[in-house]
Amino acid sequence: MKFLAEINVMPQKEILDPQGKAVKIGLQNLGINQVSDARIGKHIQLQLEAGSEAEANQIVTDACKKLLANIIMEEFEFKLIQL
Amino acid sequence: MKFGVVVFPGSNCDDDTVGVIESLGHQAVKLWHKQTSLENCDFIIVPGGFSYGDYLRSGAIARFSPIMENVIKHANEGGYLMGICNGFQVLVEAHLLPGVLLRNNSQKFISKNIYLKTGTQNSLLTQALDANKAYKVPIAHAEGRYFADEKTIQTLKDNDQILFYYCDENGNINENSNPNGSLENIAGICNAQRNVFGMMPHPERAADIALNNVDGLEILKSIVNC
Amino acid sequence: MESIESLPTVDTAKKLGLLPEEFDKIQEILGRKPNFTELSIFSVMWSEHCSYKNSIVWLKTLPKDSPRMLAKAGEENAGLVDIGSGLACAFKIESHNHPSALEPYQGAATGVGGINRDIFTMGARPIAQLNSLRFGNINLPRTKWLVKGVVKGIGDYGNAFGIPTVGGEVFFDDCYTVNPLVNAFSAGILKVGKQASAISYGVGNPVFIVGSATGKDGIGGASFASEDISEKSTEKLPAVQVGDPFQEKLLLEATLEIIESGCVIGIQDMGAAGIICSTSEMSAKGEHGMEIDLSKVPTRQANMKPFEILLSESQERMLIVVEQGKEEIAKDIFDKWDLNCEQIGVVTDSKRLRFYQNGELVADVPADDLVLGGGAPVYHREYKEPAYFKKYQEFDINSVKDVEEKDLGKVLNFLMNHPNIASKKWVAQQYDSTIGRANRNTNAPSDAAVVKVHGSDKSIVITVDCNARYVQANPEEGCAIAVAEAARNIVCSGGVPVAITNCLNFGNPYIPEVYWQFVGAIKGMKKACEAFETPVTGGNVSFYNQSSDEGPVFPTPTIGMLGILEQPELKLGLDFKAEGDLIYLVGKSVNDIASSEYLYSYQKVKESPSPAFDLAYEQLVQKAIAQLNIERLLVSAHDLADGGLMVALVESAFPGQLGFDIAATNLSVRNDAFWFGEAQSRVLVSVKPENKDKFEAILNGLKVDSQYLGTVKGADAKINGNVISSIKDAYISYDTALEKIINN
Repeated sequence: MKFLAEINVMPQKEILDPQGKAVKIGLQNLGINQVSDARIGKHIQLQLEAGSEAEANQIVTDACKKLLANIIMEEFEFKLIQL
Repeated sequence: MKFGVVVFPGSNCDDDTVGVIESLGHQAVKLWHKQTSLENCDFIIVPGGFSYGDYLRSGAIARFSPIMENVIKHANEGGYLMGICNGFQVLVEAHLLPGVLLRNNSQKFISKNIYLKTGTQNSLLTQALDANKAYKVPIAHAEGRYFADEKTIQTLKDNDQILFYYCDENGNINENSNPNGSLENIAGICNAQRNVFGMMPHPERAADIALNNVDGLEILKSIVNC
Repeated sequence: MESIESLPTVDTAKKLGLLPEEFDKIQEILGRKPNFTELSIFSVMWSEHCSYKNSIVWLKTLPKDSPRMLAKAGEENAGLVDIGSGLACAFKIESHNHPSALEPYQGAATGVGGINRDIFTMGARPIAQLNSLRFGNINLPRTKWLVKGVVKGIGDYGNAFGIPTVGGEVFFDDCYTVNPLVNAFSAGILKVGKQASAISYGVGNPVFIVGSATGKDGIGGASFASEDISEKSTEKLPAVQVGDPFQEKLLLEATLEIIESGCVIGIQDMGAAGIICSTSEMSAKGEHGMEIDLSKVPTRQANMKPFEILLSESQERMLIVVEQGKEEIAKDIFDKWDLNCEQIGVVTDSKRLRFYQNGELVADVPADDLVLGGGAPVYHREYKEPAYFKKYQEFDINSVKDVEEKDLGKVLNFLMNHPNIASKKWVAQQYDSTIGRANRNTNAPSDAAVVKVHGSDKSIVITVDCNARYVQANPEEGCAIAVAEAARNIVCSGGVPVAITNCLNFGNPYIPEVYWQFVGAIKGMKKACEAFETPVTGGNVSFYNQSSDEGPVFPTPTIGMLGILEQPELKLGLDFKAEGDLIYLVGKSVNDIASSEYLYSYQKVKESPSPAFDLAYEQLVQKAIAQLNIERLLVSAHDLADGGLMVALVESAFPGQLGFDIAATNLSVRNDAFWFGEAQSRVLVSVKPENKDKFEAILNGLKVDSQYLGTVKGADAKINGNVISSIKDAYISYDTALEKIINN
């Protein structure tokens, strides 16, 4: 089975996100004052082959933990779409 | 000539730029990004650094600072404007110069001396330079790979807008002398009206005899000796 | 305050890293049982990181006086040295080893942030940075990950902050595989009389926290730094702090502006142990107290507990005591730079720190009892000579087969490709070294970094040095050599050594054999610093650099030395400049290969004593080089270090791609000792032929040995008539070896 994994990697909530902070100030300077917080992460799409959805889940989790996310500072979530 | 050096939060080459201009015997004032007045400066420089930490995209947030409205107006009215390194990135984000500056092809920050050859003598910045000389100037950037679509590159060539190419110490312009993967070794350009300049290398850092290199000073002298 | 039932026990104290007797002492100080907030306060303030409790007894033996000293060791955030012309230099080195072992990028980045704050909190604008890095086996994937992360972390932070990184050292040895060492150095300049102090006094003066908001990052980091790295520490991963160089740059400008404005009573940056450390140290020093409302501290998260706010190591923050009535000046400055500036309390005359949250008193502790020199514990640790030491001294040079002359090229090639000797270009090019228009080495390399001080003719000359292999072989001699090498590098660059800062990286101080290394190193440092008249201005101690399975790292007392170059034209370069110049070896050749890179890596003999070293003779050699330079008799000077004479020769040849033709037969020592030995107190120089007589006369007058080796010539390394390598080939290996290994 073929899957598309849509992965979001975000800085952990407890951890400072300097980039998000600067973007928030930038938006406020532009007059977009309604923005109270900004956090910036990465969106990653993977295409993969797996025997089952559970297996695909396992593979993507593994990929996230080992490489895609720095689990010391980042958290990840994903959804799988069967192609 | 009165120079104004724009200071964004995160600019860090403002002191260097002011210092070198003053060493040339000209007045230079710092223009804080929150102000709108250009204080009657004839020549505006957007210096190097990491405006707003270079977060999101280099130059992206700085481009909307209060002072930028008048900087853009100044340029559109034919006033001289130059961006060095991060300043070049800001001017590109502000669409005052064509193209973009992408991450170096090594994906790393690169700090070293490179050599420059002029692409044209037909600009304020290069008019006094020797067409056959390779000028030694430092670069220090992570996002300096000049890129534009074919049509834009052709236009730059047709209009003689390419100010500098990366070359080796003998003046050869080739892949080996290209530090960051810039298209056609482009290191600096001007706009079609020839009043807005952008370059990645730092001429202000090669402008002191105590540092054993004054090649950059010659570039800056080209501006003031007009 | 919490009810009696919920008060923590000695078990909690132990979990926080306190000893049972320390728990008793806390109860004695308070006259009651501490609550959890108070206990965590003591645990971080009495950690090695903040209190130096296991090292201070020995640190106090180091020389710290000199007429140039404006702030002595331990008095301020960094040492402050008068460099003349109304200017002073603040400089310091600090470790960030344990954070870098877990998250190399952020660990190294925040190390750079911390050391620079130490400098600008004194009112000095940083002008140059160095770093001293040690990693394990470079062929291991984890080491490569650490190298790439640390270098990128240092680069990204320092580059954005906008201060050039002008030099440093990188060294690889298996002993650092688990626990790399990341030591960052910064130097800044201020006008004498304009320095700010880390002090608090004046009842009613407002206390401000400025800079970034406080988050839960790095809580307990100070205690964390005082424990061995083990499996368990992975669970503490949220202890990683994230650096924001952009904020740091703003904080730098705002801090210098507020100090200049004259409204500051005292200011201290927040490093280890955050708010609690700065409030207690400033108060203890000024013999006052503070009342602080933690509810007013800007936080990144809601509902932070008192101990979290007090101990948080969120980066890019400062504590400032402002003169009453000048609050608006402070606020306007920080507002200009878009930084937080919140009054969180006032100075009191109680000498106590009282912390409130939502109107409730959550901790009440005497400031002085928390700090070094006050009530913090001081321990004399047991020490014992390790078994290995005698074994190392038994090394016999005759057990190693000498190198035949025909194999010199082979050994040279081996060394050029060795990561400890090969160019560190792969690292250095990721650091902005040219910003500030001050790095005088960019186009003219010298042994030490020479950095122009704008507004004067002066340059500061700075270097970080420590060959830890020598210190392992003999802590006392090895550490004296580290100081001597630093001084030699400065003298070979035209400078005059004036003071040092140290970063003492050792294993677990509770292990007597490790503590013996520490004691020996301090003794050696004392001896050498007295000889060179370079007092110790401060620094930092990093213990517990080891892993449970691999034993301690090499004892690594990194020396950061400051020198002054008064006249620009006296700068000395390391490179050969013209064909026909005469090449001399100044100093004595010794039949010694001990602890050399050649012996250790090429001959694979790991156990030998430290190299030959005579402190008095070293002083003489340095005096000779300085005098020769003042008389303008030297074209180049290059210190002999890793790889010995041969490596010094090619390194002098590389910048100008100028070869040499050397005749050295009938040697008084073995071939390997002559070409690759690392006996100390030797300098390779080149001299104009017309100055030959004057040059030799000065050396004879000072009774310093020298040997004429040959001339600068051609484009080859030619020895006794044989070309052992072209300079170009040797250079290609030297230039690309590290990059190849890392990218492999």
